[in-house]
Amino acid sequence: MGAVLNSSSDFSLQPRRGLLLGLKGWTGVVAALITVAVLVPVLNLLVPAGSALHLGDYYVALVGKIMCYAICALAMDLIWGYTGILSLGHGLFFALGGYGMGMYLMRQIGTDGQYRSQLPDFMVFLNWKELPWTWTLSDSFIAQMLLVILVPGLLAFVFGYFAFRSRIKGVYFSIITQALTYAAMLLFFRNETGFGGNNGFTDFKRILSIPIAQPSTRMVLFVLTGLTLIGFFLMARAIVNSKYGRVLQAIRDAESRVMFTGYDPIAYKLSIWTLSAVMCAIAGALYVPQVGIINPGEMSPAASIEIAIWAAVGGRGTLIGPIVGAFFVNGAKSWFTQVFPEFWLYFLGALFIAVTLFLPNGIVGLVGKLTGRSKKDVKEVRA
Amino acid sequence: MRRILLLLLLTLGVLATPVVRALTPEEATAIASGETDDRIAALNKATAQADPALAVLVQALLDDAVKVAGGKAYVTLDGKTVLAGTSTAATAPADAEDVVNNNRMRGALEAALGSLRLVSPQVETRRAALVELAKQQLEEAQLPLIDKAWGAETDATLKAQLERMRATILVSASDKGKRLAAAQSLLSSGESGVKSLLQERLAAGAEADPEVRAALQAALTAVEGRLACGERLGVLFTGVSLGSILLLAALGLAITYGLMGVINMAHGELMMIGAYATYVVQNLFRQYLPGAFDAYLLAAIPMSFLASALVGAALERSVIRWLYGRPLETLLATWGISLVLMQGVRSLFGAQNVAVENPAWLSGGVAVFSNLTLPYNRLAILVFAAAVLIGVALLIARTRLGLFVRGVTQNRRMAACMGVNTARVDTYAFSLGAGIAGLAGCALSQVGNVGPDLGQSYIVDSFMVVVLGGVGQLAGTVYAALGLGLINKFLEGYAGAVLAKIMVLVFIVIFIQKRPQGMFAMKGRSPEA
Repeated sequence: MGAVLNSSSDFSLQPRRGLLLGLKGWTGVVAALITVAVLVPVLNLLVPAGSALHLGDYYVALVGKIMCYAICALAMDLIWGYTGILSLGHGLFFALGGYGMGMYLMRQIGTDGQYRSQLPDFMVFLNWKELPWTWTLSDSFIAQMLLVILVPGLLAFVFGYFAFRSRIKGVYFSIITQALTYAAMLLFFRNETGFGGNNGFTDFKRILSIPIAQPSTRMVLFVLTGLTLIGFFLMARAIVNSKYGRVLQAIRDAESRVMFTGYDPIAYKLSIWTLSAVMCAIAGALYVPQVGIINPGEMSPAASIEIAIWAAVGGRGTLIGPIVGAFFVNGAKSWFTQVFPEFWLYFLGALFIAVTLFLPNGIVGLVGKLTGRSKKDVKEVRA
Repeated sequence: MRRILLLLLLTLGVLATPVVRALTPEEATAIASGETDDRIAALNKATAQADPALAVLVQALLDDAVKVAGGKAYVTLDGKTVLAGTSTAATAPADAEDVVNNNRMRGALEAALGSLRLVSPQVETRRAALVELAKQQLEEAQLPLIDKAWGAETDATLKAQLERMRATILVSASDKGKRLAAAQSLLSSGESGVKSLLQERLAAGAEADPEVRAALQAALTAVEGRLACGERLGVLFTGVSLGSILLLAALGLAITYGLMGVINMAHGELMMIGAYATYVVQNLFRQYLPGAFDAYLLAAIPMSFLASALVGAALERSVIRWLYGRPLETLLATWGISLVLMQGVRSLFGAQNVAVENPAWLSGGVAVFSNLTLPYNRLAILVFAAAVLIGVALLIARTRLGLFVRGVTQNRRMAACMGVNTARVDTYAFSLGAGIAGLAGCALSQVGNVGPDLGQSYIVDSFMVVVLGGVGQLAGTVYAALGLGLINKFLEGYAGAVLAKIMVLVFIVIFIQKRPQGMFAMKGRSPEA
């Protein structure tokens, strides 16, 4: 860590030339675009339900959910895989984004709740007479969406500013981010906090006055999530290939040296940290209308560690790896919990031990090894 | 009801010295059958003699377990029928009729039972009766009964309680001298009930005499001071108690994380294994050695250490040893291990919490003030934590293994050159940390729930303690654990449990900003810096 340069790292600081992606890469992106924006909606909405090609609503919802997770994993890769900072608190930003969206959706229920009140049901239940101040902007979609970005972004910025200025790094940083998300979870579990306590938000009816359960609404959300994921992927790609991104990687490998060469690592770390948090928040905001519930469980330390799991299983420092990891782990989870519910944790645990021990570069690294690709593309990353 | 009680108490008062004699079957029958007035008279006569055997009969009457036939009363208790007032087994004739108690009779029986218990030869019974009595609204009419019990009481605490009850009644007596005396005797009390009583008396109109008012005021000040003292001590004690639990939970981590640099996210699960080992030992004792059940905890302590240490050794040999020097990867791998261990326990013992009982010698507590009781199990954990701490400190500082552990931590290659089997030392050190986690689990099983999620609820706290104390510093761990425990309990008084916890976490986050290396930073050029 820190001043000790890892002997195993073989990063070339040579700037990459040429395009953002190679021919293969762009083919992949275009294929993903077509799948998300054309194939899935067609297979789900236009192909009749009896057909073998019909894609069930369940799978659309599942893939939509996993794409949100993939955004988190991508954000985690930027901060962990490329900058060497392991956050155990990304679930907090995800949940804050989700709560921001949830507040708007709660207000959109209007008087259709259990109690036929203007106030959300849980407030009626708690015998509150008016909205708390935190809900001031919740009637306006635009304002609330700004909050989705601003609140987690600001929190990340302030927290990161103090943490990086004090030169907290490595395990210490991981553990205090864990403390932060744990504290937030305890806070959101309280009814007095004004965000539905234990149960969080659920029972949404509309988004932008459109019924939320309607197939076309779900599809729009799905496509939007997919496009966001692809957009973030291209953005992350641009970032890591830029000079800025190379400084980040240099910080990961030898922060002291970067400092001695005249860079200010704090600004770099703080900006990528905040960006990463905002990406998670957007993922959370896309997640909530598709899944239909948000509660403080998303802020549990375990949920945050799982984000790191997706990134590690897929392959850190590869961008595509974390996306693969998110799909692999969550796909396995939904399969296991249906078929062998009691074996899911064994599998996840074993997967995680095996990946750390045998596949330090994750699935993408394994594929690279098997196909004999040069080590230039698949980089060895050590935390 | 009140008149009956009064009558009863008057009778009791007259016959101040109890005569030890057995209840005769005739008396029992008189209490069990006949007109209500006659029955009550017979009951009162028997009660006045403070006969312990009467309590059995009265209880049976209240439980509707008495039958009457041919001028004889039969009591059925635990499936055995005896002739009332004797211990000779008897069978009630087929035409025996159940004794029916009307509400008046029931009231008299209950009152009799209460006063019988107050003078029962068993201290426990008397204590329970006092607790019952303290719940009632005390009346001047009850004074003779309390006087009598007070006169006969031998236990100092109970005698003091009775005296307070007397004073509580006397404080509203019509005689000024009595009121003054009562105020004097309340001076030494420390009960919250007395405080509200005094406040009531001092409230406008209740007490007119200035002299008595002054005495009452003095008593109130004294009582309030004592209550506040008890409260403060209570916060202190629960704080130290929580601190000792945190210390136990964090000590193992201080070794695995502090000395070895392994972020062991499975530490909580190792604690869980220790708690389940205690559970298993408890069940074995219950099944095979029910006579020695109370000693099970003594056997559970080494067993929980061994169980966790063995699991720890296996983990170190199979997983951890490949990850030394890569702390974040140990974090991820041990997280995987913790998931497997949790699910393993779920498969073996079920997802529900299991019941671990306190042995008899850990139940109850010492009453220091009326509002402060120190439970034995918390005290035991305090002592236990201190013992484990001393043990670990000696092990690290004084033994060959400790020397090797320190040597390997500081300079692995040099230690290896000196002939230390570093791989074996790693295994020993990690199993030691795991074993201490097991001991923590054993201790936790005495105060909290034992379930598959036990570890999860302590892991964040344990890491906070180690990080706050400063990595690699036993002293730091101790200060951090006790400090966090005290701060937490202190804040709880103002903000409630959850907010206190949040404040503590935020405090740690801020503290780490100021001192990134914890309270006791390692001096010199550590590789982390």
